[in-house]
Amino acid sequence: MKNATAFQEKTLTQIDTKWRFVHWRSAILYLLPSMILFSVFLFYPLGKTLYLSFFLTDQQGVANVFVGWENYQYILQAESFHKSIKATLLFVLYTVPTGILISLFLALLANEKLKGVGFFRTIYSSTMGVSVAASAVVWLFIFHPSMGILNQLIASVGGTSIDWLLHPDWALVSVAVTTIWMNIGFSFLIILGGLQNVDEHLYESAKISGAGYFYQLRRITIPMLSPTLFFVVTVSLINAFQTFGQVDILTQGGPSESTNLIVYSIYREAFVNYQFGTASAQSIFLFLCILIVTILQFKFGERKVHYQ
Amino acid sequence: MYSVELINVDKTYDNKQLVVKDVNITIQSGEFFVLVGPSGCGKSTLLRMIAGLEGISAGTLRIDGKKANHLPPSKRELSMVFQNYALYPHMTVEDNITFGLDVKKIRKKEQRKKCNDIAEMLGLTEYLKRKPRHLSGGQRQRVALARAIITNSPICLMDEPLSNLDAKLRAHMRAEIRELQRKLGITLIYVTHDQVEAMTMGDRIMVLNEGEIQQVGKPIDVYNSPANPFVAKFIGSPPMNLTTGLVNREKHHITLQDQLSIPIDPMVLNNIENNKVIVGIRPENIEISSANSQANLSFEVKIDHLEILGTETLIKFKWNNSDWYAKWHGQWNIDVGQSLQLQLDKDSLCIYDEHTEKLIVKPSNIQKQNVREGII
Amino acid sequence: MRVFRPIITYVLLIITAIIVFFPLVYAFFISFMSGSELLQGKFIPESFHLDNYKKAFERLPLAHYLWNSFFISTVVMLGQLLVSALAAFAFVFIPFKGRNIVFFIFISTMMIPWEATMIPNFITIQQLDWINSYQGLTIPFFAIAFGTFLLRQHFLTIPKELKEASDIAGLRSFKFFWKVVIPYSRTSFVTLGAYGFLTTWNMYLWPLLVTNNDDVRPVQIGLKQLQTQEMATDWGVVMAGVIIVIIPTLILLFLGQKQLQKGLAQGALK
Repeated sequence: MKNATAFQEKTLTQIDTKWRFVHWRSAILYLLPSMILFSVFLFYPLGKTLYLSFFLTDQQGVANVFVGWENYQYILQAESFHKSIKATLLFVLYTVPTGILISLFLALLANEKLKGVGFFRTIYSSTMGVSVAASAVVWLFIFHPSMGILNQLIASVGGTSIDWLLHPDWALVSVAVTTIWMNIGFSFLIILGGLQNVDEHLYESAKISGAGYFYQLRRITIPMLSPTLFFVVTVSLINAFQTFGQVDILTQGGPSESTNLIVYSIYREAFVNYQFGTASAQSIFLFLCILIVTILQFKFGERKVHYQ
Repeated sequence: MYSVELINVDKTYDNKQLVVKDVNITIQSGEFFVLVGPSGCGKSTLLRMIAGLEGISAGTLRIDGKKANHLPPSKRELSMVFQNYALYPHMTVEDNITFGLDVKKIRKKEQRKKCNDIAEMLGLTEYLKRKPRHLSGGQRQRVALARAIITNSPICLMDEPLSNLDAKLRAHMRAEIRELQRKLGITLIYVTHDQVEAMTMGDRIMVLNEGEIQQVGKPIDVYNSPANPFVAKFIGSPPMNLTTGLVNREKHHITLQDQLSIPIDPMVLNNIENNKVIVGIRPENIEISSANSQANLSFEVKIDHLEILGTETLIKFKWNNSDWYAKWHGQWNIDVGQSLQLQLDKDSLCIYDEHTEKLIVKPSNIQKQNVREGII
Repeated sequence: MRVFRPIITYVLLIITAIIVFFPLVYAFFISFMSGSELLQGKFIPESFHLDNYKKAFERLPLAHYLWNSFFISTVVMLGQLLVSALAAFAFVFIPFKGRNIVFFIFISTMMIPWEATMIPNFITIQQLDWINSYQGLTIPFFAIAFGTFLLRQHFLTIPKELKEASDIAGLRSFKFFWKVVIPYSRTSFVTLGAYGFLTTWNMYLWPLLVTNNDDVRPVQIGLKQLQTQEMATDWGVVMAGVIIVIIPTLILLFLGQKQLQKGLAQGALK
């Protein structure tokens, strides 16, 4: 084909090294801010958390005594941590499926081509603009034992009022309801976006073949929406694990630790009890939970998801 | 104005397969040079190598006699028009046109003057304040042209600039670009897959296939004497009709389909490696035969399809297991399914060696056609 | 069927909208009620007077908190836009070696829950003496993988010919970033900006940790203060505080809803 293969390779590498260096240098410049920030505020602290989890610390967070796995052994045996894990898992179970089903239902409604539907979209997405603190305060009053609207409604039909936030059986449910309401806005917006990305022609051709609404929903909408749902499920799961503000305002982890979700537990351990070592061990536990959830999601979710 | 020289140029992405193979060509300064070929033939890659957007794997590129392999695109003194025009959507037409001048930090006043001149020339004056998305396809095309020529670069590269336009506008822009190039005298290297553009615009055209040069020459020469069956099929619409023939070395002729025999110069026979050849003829050189005689290469066919285009009539039929076309001047009233007696004009045949695919016999009546064209 | 479907849809839309919006309407009404009205268990206030709002501003430096929140959110938003845009630009327009690995590292940071790193981060901020400072509330949040990812998706839609045309014209890469990429991607910047502003405005745990006086305390923590102070007595004042806190973000959301929805969906999918 060509006599000068050697020559050809030489030129190739020449060009490559020169450009490689230029590109590499400018890429570093563009990536530097992110890399520094990630290192200082994400990678280093993650490593430090792991390190601290093997130590006993003083009030300033200085690691004093190496204790090996003792912190882990301690939290795994502690009843309060068991309670915290149980509460967290229950909380995930209460909030994620319900929240997504409600958001999906609202998004399907708001995706109909009707007059004034934009108004409803705004209403549904409004909770995204309400902060954790604000929503928790509003719901705190809704759950108020005497003045709250829930117990007033119950009283007006002659029922006995419920101690929403003060009864161990109800408190977690109440926090979950608040959380579902708070997350509706975000999930709704994302799912609606996904619905609007579905090619209109698919529905038209389905209509021509005579498919009904629920048939279209099952065979077109849900499959086409699966990447979006997949994303929403992942985000909701991770958010549920990270819940803090609602707990802090509504129940402070009580009653009898029934709402002591893991992040709240870490917070109390670290910043109320100043046990940085055990708090770090709990943090590592949280990190692993989220890591496993994400990996499982991608491993099992990805396959079932239909990408366009 | 600058010349562009490519010497033994190769391009590979994976160090294994060459997408451009050993290209040698000198593009004269002030020439309108067209690179044409089917998609994936490497023509765009070649253009992008000249522009500096792709590295050259091997060989030498000279611009204005100076080696330019490693020059960054902006130092090559060229401008480029892209297939999708690459207009900046957030800038007005004026800002788009003066973009290259602005980068070179030319004074605003001068920018505006040049912009107005060029807008005038291309009929864009009233659109200068608009954004590209408010323009039609043809107008965007013109903005892209304006942006390319305003920098006064001695070389302009165009990568399929007309392929996003509708047929009518395309025909119009062909002429406009050609006129513009003549007026400015720039060296223009033009990539297209459309053989009509190649035929009508280029001073010279280069046909590429699978990264290799097939033929370089004036459009009319390439049309009349395609260097190999690929070019014969690629240039011309409908393409040249091709069929295989067997050489009879004793009787000095080539037989087609066991019916027709074409007499051939015994000297030429020495150039044929084996006994098979490919015989080609342009559709316009197939005629209705007057009398049924062997001498004038006539044969009977059944008409499969007919297109009357107003000034000419296109006839499709099957012969020798392939689709053949004939094109006649005027409007012919023929029924589909009807049998016709046709004949090949023996002076218009192209004969290729089947093995080497080289052209052995050129049509001898080219002269006649040139004269005829001169009269028209 | 043809006639009934819109009617059913409208009925469902209205019922669900009332349920979803109820807590906010409820808070709004209560913010106008006095203590006695509340005890009577009323739903609609007697009059729409601003007494509770005045009281809210009197009891706490709410205006100062609002300013703090606004300032912090704006700075974080701008920081995120800049840092993410720079990184996204490198991932799309600079073909450097190891690009995929670095990008994978970026994406994997999304899997690290911020709460798992908060203890050392708190110690870092303490050591930098950034407790009760704007730096401590802003700088740790400048780099977000989600932002880089979202912008990268949008930069990928920029035709590569725009970059090539700029190369031929001789535009340097940073100028191309500044003059072409940023204006071209204005919509995704708005999306990310709104997202960053909203999330920062709503931030709760971190300010709780790193502020312990009024200097830089954001309004969310103020709300908690208000609620703790007033709980037994004056719910009207607390709800007035709630309304004050949510109005800026609700306005932002209503203005940018379409934008946010499109942008987030894009970031989520491709």
